[in-house]
Amino acid sequence: MPLVKDGAEVPNGWTFVPDGEALPASGPFSVTPARFLALKEGRENGPLPDGVRLGPADDPAPLEPFLGDLCLIEVAFPRYTDGRGFSQAQLLRRRLGYQGELRAVGHVLRDQIFYMHRSGFDAYETQRAGLSEVLEALAEFSEAYQPAANGPAAAFRKRHGA
Amino acid sequence: MYRYDQFDARLVAERVAQFRGQVERRLSGALTEDEFKPLRLQNGVYLQLHAYMLRIAIPYGQLSPRQLRRLAEIARDHDRGFGHFTTRQNIQFNWVALKDIPEVLAKLADVEMHAIQTSGNCIRNTTTDHFAGAAQDEVVDPRAWCEIIRQWSTFHPEFAFLPRKFKIAVTAAEHDRAAIRVHDVGLHIRQKDGVTGFEVHVGGGQGRTPHIAALVNPFVPETQILDYLEAIMRVYNRYGRRDNKYKARIKILVSELGEAEYIRQVEAEFAAQRDAEKIDLPAAEVARIHAYFAPPALAPKPALSKPLEAAKAADPAFARWTRANLHPHKVAGYASVTVSLKPLGVAPGDATDAQMELVADLAEKYGYGDIRVSHAQNLILPHVALDDLPDVYKALDAAGLGAANESRITDMIVCPGLDYCNLANARSIPVALAVQKVFADPAYEEDIGKLHINVSGCINACGHHHVGHIGILGVDKKGEEFYQILLGGRADEKAALGEIVGPGLKAEDVPAAIHRVVEFYRTQRSSPSEKFIDTLERLGHQTFQEALYAAG
Repeated sequence: MPLVKDGAEVPNGWTFVPDGEALPASGPFSVTPARFLALKEGRENGPLPDGVRLGPADDPAPLEPFLGDLCLIEVAFPRYTDGRGFSQAQLLRRRLGYQGELRAVGHVLRDQIFYMHRSGFDAYETQRAGLSEVLEALAEFSEAYQPAANGPAAAFRKRHGA
Repeated sequence: MYRYDQFDARLVAERVAQFRGQVERRLSGALTEDEFKPLRLQNGVYLQLHAYMLRIAIPYGQLSPRQLRRLAEIARDHDRGFGHFTTRQNIQFNWVALKDIPEVLAKLADVEMHAIQTSGNCIRNTTTDHFAGAAQDEVVDPRAWCEIIRQWSTFHPEFAFLPRKFKIAVTAAEHDRAAIRVHDVGLHIRQKDGVTGFEVHVGGGQGRTPHIAALVNPFVPETQILDYLEAIMRVYNRYGRRDNKYKARIKILVSELGEAEYIRQVEAEFAAQRDAEKIDLPAAEVARIHAYFAPPALAPKPALSKPLEAAKAADPAFARWTRANLHPHKVAGYASVTVSLKPLGVAPGDATDAQMELVADLAEKYGYGDIRVSHAQNLILPHVALDDLPDVYKALDAAGLGAANESRITDMIVCPGLDYCNLANARSIPVALAVQKVFADPAYEEDIGKLHINVSGCINACGHHHVGHIGILGVDKKGEEFYQILLGGRADEKAALGEIVGPGLKAEDVPAAIHRVVEFYRTQRSSPSEKFIDTLERLGHQTFQEALYAAG
């Protein structure tokens, strides 16, 4: 599946390890937030992951103390109609200050990518959009009406010279 | 009214280009109908029973003559010569070819219009009082805040894939003409100690599980209202149900959590917003938008108009129209005129291209260039000098728009029903027209007075049957259409849901049943000025129900 990050197609070296499966001895991997916290807090022994994959119902807030240790947060979109990941992204970027890679994973449509970018995503791993689709989608709008994690400054600020 | 600047114009132009590309991908087969669906929906394009339908946004119901003429042109060139004004102050065209829609959107963009977010699970057109800026009883003109909300909600990146659609309505008058308590969010603008703020109601709605909204916050200062709306939206986006589309509206979240817990969650989210997240609209931007809604410079006139009084004395039909279709204006010598789109025998809310052009002409000549669409599916000329009313009426009447029935029994809210809609279980327009016929005598209708009948062709309630004084709901029973009657609903500041009174009636029995209820009211009212809804509330439903089912 193509992975597009920061406007380029890049190789994907990450593995997501579902709950209950053995953690890999080497290579970067992500786990669910519950398992991540268990490993970090010593309730489970094993290699410490530097990636987390959020499901739509997961709350990103408990990750806050560890966000500096994370290189990757994946936000899973099991269906494109489920927009909870947009709120998770805005929270991670704007409230919790997460700086690492924020990747949309799963059933992501090309035409959602502009909104994803504005919500704070910088990487897209989806069968529905390769590099050219992502680049096209990102260029479709040059203005925005409201502040968000990313993208053009809100029109109401530009109007008044801010 | 609001005018686009370079930012608004660029966004709308970019949307047209984007949708043109999406339609090309659909027509070439690069997009399946399934993948195209969410894209077309966010642009107001529905697949109806016979064809695609295009719903065009009329933000808070306001149109300029130039815009209304453009809608007439689209009706003529791309539809069958008419358009249908909706209960959310929008207009829809039922016969537009998909390949033409990008061109139609480009024609709309020329006159600063669009179809953005008129469907789909996103924030829809913000609606308001159709007499905004003219009504005597408003504390401020709500349109500036509607425009601010329109901009904030347009292409909001976080709230485009909500659990379900989301509708916001705003009023600034004690008498609620915007039905705010049956919206997902209802805002009542109030003033307290010199500060403008919003009383916030959440979780109203109709559909299959109707709810009256809960009062969530009695006063959010205007400087914080967008942040508060963001908190409401985020709690809904994160926690609204997504497992069942019939339980996905915010009203279900509010009722399942309970009002107290829901309010706690919104307040907690609002309190958690960090400074960098605050929208912090510059005062200069608020002032810029307010300036577009400055009242028109109405020439001073005497409160009593001699030409009006003379015309009333000379023409009883005109006099009756002035008793029904005028609303008091804040400036003496003026009135707001309702142009009824409910003449006998016409699908409620429909207007032909020629009628739209006439209303545009009248607005230009007599109405300071201002036109509104009401949620009751009529057009409004908000600022007309009393002296000009005889000429305005004459022109309207000649075009079939002279019905004297605003808020009267034949001024029904009616969904398109099974004639157009693929959700409907029953036809709604024919049953509405059959009921209208019973009350066709204008003197009889005037004697009955204010009475709202709302008709829906299925439980999705697009015809607002829950909040009609009399509601009519079409249902399908083993392939046959039946109509259930509801009594006692209302959408105003005393909002209440009507109750189904008994077994459904066959279509042909509905007019006589409604007639019996109305006759019962006429014999029971304490005086000719006691309204139907007041008599019903005074006496209770039982006796009315008996009248409804009395053998005819």
